[in-house]
This record gives sequence, C-alpha cells and structure tokens, in this order.
Amino acid sequence: MTPRLTPSQTVGPFLAIGLPWRDGPFVVPEGTDGAITITGRVLDGAGDPVPDALVETWQADPDGRFAHPDDPRGAAGRGFRGFGRCPTGPDGSYRIVTLKPGALPSPGGGTEAPHLDVSVFARGLLDRVVTRVYFPDEGPANEADPVLASIGDPAWAATLVARPGPDPARLRFDIHLQGDQETVFFDV
Amino acid sequence: MTVHPPQPGPGLTVTPYERPAGVHPPLDFAQYRSTALRAPRRPLVLLPHRLTEITGPLLGAERVTAADADLTAQHEGEPQGQRITVAGRVLDSGGRPVPDTLIEIWQPNAGGRYRHAVDDHPAPLDPNFTGVGRCLTDSAGRYRFTTIKPGSYPWRNHPNAWRPAHIHFSLFGRAFTQRLVTQMYFPGDPLFFQDPIFNSVPEAARDRMISRFDLGLTVPERALGYTWDIVLRGRGATAFEQPDGHR
Repeated sequence: MTPRLTPSQTVGPFLAIGLPWRDGPFVVPEGTDGAITITGRVLDGAGDPVPDALVETWQADPDGRFAHPDDPRGAAGRGFRGFGRCPTGPDGSYRIVTLKPGALPSPGGGTEAPHLDVSVFARGLLDRVVTRVYFPDEGPANEADPVLASIGDPAWAATLVARPGPDPARLRFDIHLQGDQETVFFDV
Repeated sequence: MTVHPPQPGPGLTVTPYERPAGVHPPLDFAQYRSTALRAPRRPLVLLPHRLTEITGPLLGAERVTAADADLTAQHEGEPQGQRITVAGRVLDSGGRPVPDTLIEIWQPNAGGRYRHAVDDHPAPLDPNFTGVGRCLTDSAGRYRFTTIKPGSYPWRNHPNAWRPAHIHFSLFGRAFTQRLVTQMYFPGDPLFFQDPIFNSVPEAARDRMISRFDLGLTVPERALGYTWDIVLRGRGATAFEQPDGHR
C-alpha cells in the first residue's frame, strides 16, 4: 500500500526547548561583507506580540542559486546555508542575518524578484503558515514578480515587502497573523 | 558582489510536489482555543512550486552526534520512567526513503513536565532528563531514538483538559515544501477523545500519528519498542494516495 501522508500538528508552547540553534539566526556570520539584517515582530489578531513562535527562512544565494541538487540549473557550491531560524522573544521579535538573494528564473518564463520563503510555527498554529519577504529597493522586479501579481490586491501584496530602515542593511518585516494588516500567507 | 542575471526561463521546468487533501488540520479550529487570535482569517494564496519551494536546507551532519539520539544518556544518571525505543522510516508518499534528513524531537518527562520556564504543571522536573533529541535518517530513511515514555499533562484549553502522551517531531525532508512539524502519539491512549489538537486532523488521517507497539523493536531487559513511519509529500501529482499501489 502507498504510504499515507503524516498530518501536521502544532509545535505547542515549548518549542524553545528543542528547536532553537545558537547559530540559527545567522544564515551568514554577523559582519560578513554585504550582510543584511531582517528584523520584525510576529503579532496576533489583537496586535499583541507572539512570544512563542519560531520564524524560519529559506532563500537563494546572491547569484540566485541554491546549494541543492534539485535545482534544474545545477547545485551551487555548499558555501551558503540559505536557511535561517529564530525563535521570537518576549516582545514577539525575531532577526535573521543573511545576504540578499538574487532574482530567479521562473518556470515557464518570467523572473521572480529576490525573496525569502518564510515559515512561522507557534502554539495556536496547527500547521506552519508560509509567507515571503520581498525587498523595498526592487520596485520594477517586484512589479514583474508572478507571485506578487497572483495576490490580486496590491495593498495586501504590499504586506510582503520589507520596510527600509535608516540603515539600508537593516530591513523591517512584521508578520501579522490576523487583523487589519494581516500578512499574505500561502498555500504551499 | 557580482549578481548574474537569471537565465532565461522558458526552458526551465520543475516537478512540483503533491498537494495533500484531507490530511492536515485546518488552521482555524475553534475547539483549540489558541487558534482564535493566531489563525489567519484571510484565504491562503496558492503558491505554485518554483525554485525556492522545490529546494530546501540540506542540514544535519554537522549538527548531530550519535549521543543526541539517546535522551536517557544526556546526564550523570538515568531519567525516571519507562525506557522506550522509538524508530521507523521517513518516506515520501511515493514510498521512497528520505535519507540523510534531520529529525529533531522534544518532549516532557515521565511526569508530564517540560524543562521549560513557562511550564507550570506541578509535576517534578527530572534532573536527568532534558527531553531534546536529534538524529539524521540513514541511507534507507531509518531513524531511531532511545528515550522515556512521556507523561500526559493538564492544560487550560477547556475544563479538565489533558494532552495525550506525545513526542514532538520536526522534519526537513529535502525541500521547503516537505517541511513538517508534528506529534507522535502512543497506541490506546484514553485521552484522544477529548484532545482538540489530535482531533483537529481529519478523522481518517488521525491514526497516522499513532505509533505501533513493536515487540521486535524492544530491547530485552531494557526498553519497550514503538514503531512510527513518517510520510512526507512526494513529487508529482499522480503519486498521491493510490489505493493498493506499489511501495
């Protein structure tokens, strides 16, 4: 008999004993040439911080390549981890230190603007929720991005574009699980 | 840093992963009260699988030592409770093993208490039990942990609410699309009927979360054995849930 898929269950309130890694937030070490920091808060439908969530990111390297054999263009070298993981603090905040990814060719034509795929796990989430971070300095590429275009509502799609800070290497991306500013989440 | 323009796309093809139906719980499930302010209210937007979704972190070897798979041997003394072996395979829905993939687990102790500052269940902590393990699957997708059977514990979801005994499992698979966090339960637990987390899963899929007592896996004079296979999404739309298909 064909194996049957295993269902998802919530991470519950105690993920912090098992899932955080000391180097989790650092896709690249702090101080790496060209490093950017993405920070933000995870907020619930009342606007309160979610202090027991885990944020994970996955992305291409600055050349738009993945260190993965399933990339049909071939795997990049193993130099760039591409994966970040950060538990939220008491104020719901997280941070990821990484390099800005490159643009990606889209199957069937077109180009995906630079982005990170994001998973959020928390008590009260029976399955992860998945969103994306796009970059505020990529206006034309974001305009042409097939995923942002598929959202239909430009104001809602704008929840996926990080906000620039005074320091261009520090971007802000809040994740609203619910409410007036609810972030776009994907059925992946 | 040089940023090369992406290659032209028309020649690029990717094989998407299947999209399971009737397997995962809904995000909005009122009986589990913590969903009320956390489950998104707007519809999810369909994300066709492209390069970021068919790839994923291939991590683990540098993060795991052999000792990490034995939760009974992480302290000076042995933890209280019933020693158990939990083992099985990680497969995709086409029956293919998922080798070299990182599994992370966490659980409460035999009294149902997590080693976490927020857990105020008045059961004693066990100085010899942390409740955290990790391992990599082998080339055939097999994994194996030694631990103690976790206790059930009360929570405040509804009056006199108790969680069935469970171990939390986190898996990466080989693609972002395969990432899974779930819980493994034990056969015959009398608490299933009143647990909204277990029952959030469609009824036909609930037994997939329950391990099987396996006499062949017991370690004589030492530990009881429970077998649990974990099945991640496979590639290609046609592989999904074929009745009596090949393995």
